[in-house]
Amino acid sequence: MTALAAKRRHPAAFAFLLLLALLVTGTAYAAFAPRPAQAATLGADQVVEGKKLFQANCSTCHGLNAEGKSLGDGTEAGPALAGVGASAVDFQMGTGRMPLAAPGIQAQRQQKILFTPEQISQVAAYIASLAPGPAVPTSSDYDPATGNAAKGGALFRVNCAMCHNFAGSGGALTRGKYAPSLMGVAPKDVYEAMVTGPQSMPVFNDTNIDPQGKRDIIAFLQTVHDSPTPGGMKLGALGPVSEGLFAWIFGLGILIGCAMWLGQKSA
Amino acid sequence: MSASTSSRPADALRDGDSKHAAPTSKAAQKVGGVAGWIDDRTGAAGGVNYLLKKVFPDHWSFMLGEIAMYSMIVCLLSGVFLTFWFVPSAGEVVYHGSFAPLQGVKMSEAYQSTLDISFDIRGGLVIRQIHHWAALMFTVAVSAHMFRVFFTGAFRKPRELNWVIGCILSMLAIVEGFAGYSLPDDLLSGTGLRAAEGFMQSAPVVGSYLAYLVFDGPFPGEAIIPRLYSVHVLLLPAILIGLFTAHIVLVAVQKHTQFPGPGKTNDNVVGYPVMPVYAAKAGGFFFIVFGVISLMAALIQINPIWGYGPYDPSPVTAGSQPDWYMGFADGALRITPNWLEFTALGYTVSLNIALGALGLIPVFYGVAIAYPFVEGWIKGDKGEHHLLDRPRNVPVRTALGVAALTYYFIFMFAAGNDIIAIKLGMSINDITHFFQATLFFLPMLMFWITKRICLSLQRHDRDLVLHGRESGTIIRTADGKFFERHEDLDPYTRWPLVQQDPVHPIQLESGVDANGVARKGARKERLRAKLSNFYFRDAVNPVTPAELAAAHVGPGHEAIDAEPPTHEIEPDKVDGRMGIDAVHDDSHEFGSSTH
Repeated sequence: MTALAAKRRHPAAFAFLLLLALLVTGTAYAAFAPRPAQAATLGADQVVEGKKLFQANCSTCHGLNAEGKSLGDGTEAGPALAGVGASAVDFQMGTGRMPLAAPGIQAQRQQKILFTPEQISQVAAYIASLAPGPAVPTSSDYDPATGNAAKGGALFRVNCAMCHNFAGSGGALTRGKYAPSLMGVAPKDVYEAMVTGPQSMPVFNDTNIDPQGKRDIIAFLQTVHDSPTPGGMKLGALGPVSEGLFAWIFGLGILIGCAMWLGQKSA
Repeated sequence: MSASTSSRPADALRDGDSKHAAPTSKAAQKVGGVAGWIDDRTGAAGGVNYLLKKVFPDHWSFMLGEIAMYSMIVCLLSGVFLTFWFVPSAGEVVYHGSFAPLQGVKMSEAYQSTLDISFDIRGGLVIRQIHHWAALMFTVAVSAHMFRVFFTGAFRKPRELNWVIGCILSMLAIVEGFAGYSLPDDLLSGTGLRAAEGFMQSAPVVGSYLAYLVFDGPFPGEAIIPRLYSVHVLLLPAILIGLFTAHIVLVAVQKHTQFPGPGKTNDNVVGYPVMPVYAAKAGGFFFIVFGVISLMAALIQINPIWGYGPYDPSPVTAGSQPDWYMGFADGALRITPNWLEFTALGYTVSLNIALGALGLIPVFYGVAIAYPFVEGWIKGDKGEHHLLDRPRNVPVRTALGVAALTYYFIFMFAAGNDIIAIKLGMSINDITHFFQATLFFLPMLMFWITKRICLSLQRHDRDLVLHGRESGTIIRTADGKFFERHEDLDPYTRWPLVQQDPVHPIQLESGVDANGVARKGARKERLRAKLSNFYFRDAVNPVTPAELAAAHVGPGHEAIDAEPPTHEIEPDKVDGRMGIDAVHDDSHEFGSSTH
């Protein structure tokens, strides 16, 4: 005691105590901080908060207890959400698709996200509490670095390219619906979309494409997005339509311009 | 140009001139020696001399065919380079080349060799892109050349055969293009072949036999790539070059057409000889075309086969389209309604596929090939034509051409319905229905608009000839009247506006002869008279010399002669509009009088 008390005015004591305090705080934070991956499964408070948020922002279409709401004419205002899982909530709200700004053919990705990550995780916890469903993936689930782009390319062409185009530039579906471009979409969103099947997209569960396959696809998309185009400008990566348009307008236009110039030369 | 005659007045002036001997350098003597050596053994000098002195008229639109010719040559040159490395085989291999995203992927040798050309052969990618861009430019230029020939009436006698050859060339070009598009065995080309197989199967009765014959069994099989390769590098190029040679020889034999102008008649060709002017121009133009295509190939990616991935019958990509020249058939397929598929006697008849995918190309080219003969018959025209029509002077032909092009482009744009849907944020179903609806009214509307524009332009030409050019000079007479002075056109400007032959619909003779017996072929004649009436009923004919003379001296046309109009200027017009309109208002007198 005396030895410790005697040292309490030692010049290093302040620095030592500061380090100790930082270490304790940091460890405690690491131990108790909410981990995003498990946020949906956390305590009852989350669920209660989430339910409040849900009823205030989502129940108009999805019903007060997320049971879904029918419009009476055979169409539904919003589907029942029991069993869609925290992952679906994280995808729809995290990309700004929900809450829907206005009824339309298809919910669109928004630049401005209306809810904080915490609020989103609270709603997710509420929806997850209704019935089991896919949880929000952890960063190791969708890390592009652990995927094989070549295998991912093969999987992508078989499962995704018919709607999203060979280069992930997107494509048209029936009646104004569309498969959006996948260029620049965060790996987590791609993973969640595969697991939950938003809008017109089918669900690719783990028996259909296993988690490694999903990482391969994400790695492939990353490669397509990052790799330079060896052939020059890619004209929107839309295939022969843009190439034909270019040949007619610019190719023929330039050559006719040259022909006119030559035609005037001797006249 | 016409041959010189011995008794030109100018010859007298040159009588005393000493003949200039051409300076002969050593090099020139050497060349002459070689040429003489060759001529002694081949007798080629006569032919070469004939060709070098050949005269070609000058107009930019006459060079559209040249663009096609040079693009074809670029295709041939770059194609030879590609054959050095391309392996036309469906044999399966595992890729270990330098393109990382396809490492370890199973693919055909054809696809692998195309990847190697793109990534491992020096200059391979740019040559591949030159080949593909040149092919697109070839078909684009062939079409543009065809438009020029059609709208200027260059297909008339004696050139109907060359028009037919040209149509066949154009049709073979798109088949040749499709064969090339299908060779690399990437996802897109395989999808195209799968579609082609479906089209063959949709042919009534013979469909499945036909598909089995072409693919040597069920799709995809291993035979199609080597077979397409022979067709693409041997069979079709040989036919194309043969027909193309015939095309060019006929142009040389029949001489080039020219636009009407002073001194340009049906019996001469006004222009410059091949040597030296056209040798330089056409030779230079080859390098321009080659240069532009190379520039496009170097800067703009085309058909990124590495992105599509290897072909496998299970996947397909959104945005699967053929190259543009097959687009009209693909578009027709996309907008043909599905209820055209039905079952008859236990067999499925897929007219929803067969009509658009199989029927359209022969119908389009059949109509194009038949047109010169039909028009000649309707006109009863047996004369030779070496002067081109200005498109406005044949309103119904021009309008028919525009209507046909409208059909063509509706079909072609329909092939891009999914791209239009996603880029404009519209419903693909609505777009398809829109294209279906436009087929029924847009061509007719375009026909009508084009015909009205042509007739208006012709009336404007008449007006210009009769009243002269507005000089912008306002003249005030001594008694305070104002009028604008119109300047008479000079003969050089006037000639192209009045040179064409007047046209009238054929008058129907009585269907019975003097004895009241039905005349042979009367029904045919009735049809012909009807068609002739359709063509020329409201023809606007050129100003005749008599009309022109009347315009100069007759009442109401004093403007040209700078005489003040006496009766036309109303006081209320003078202050506001200076009576300019009044001078013009009499144009109805010169309208059509052929009814």
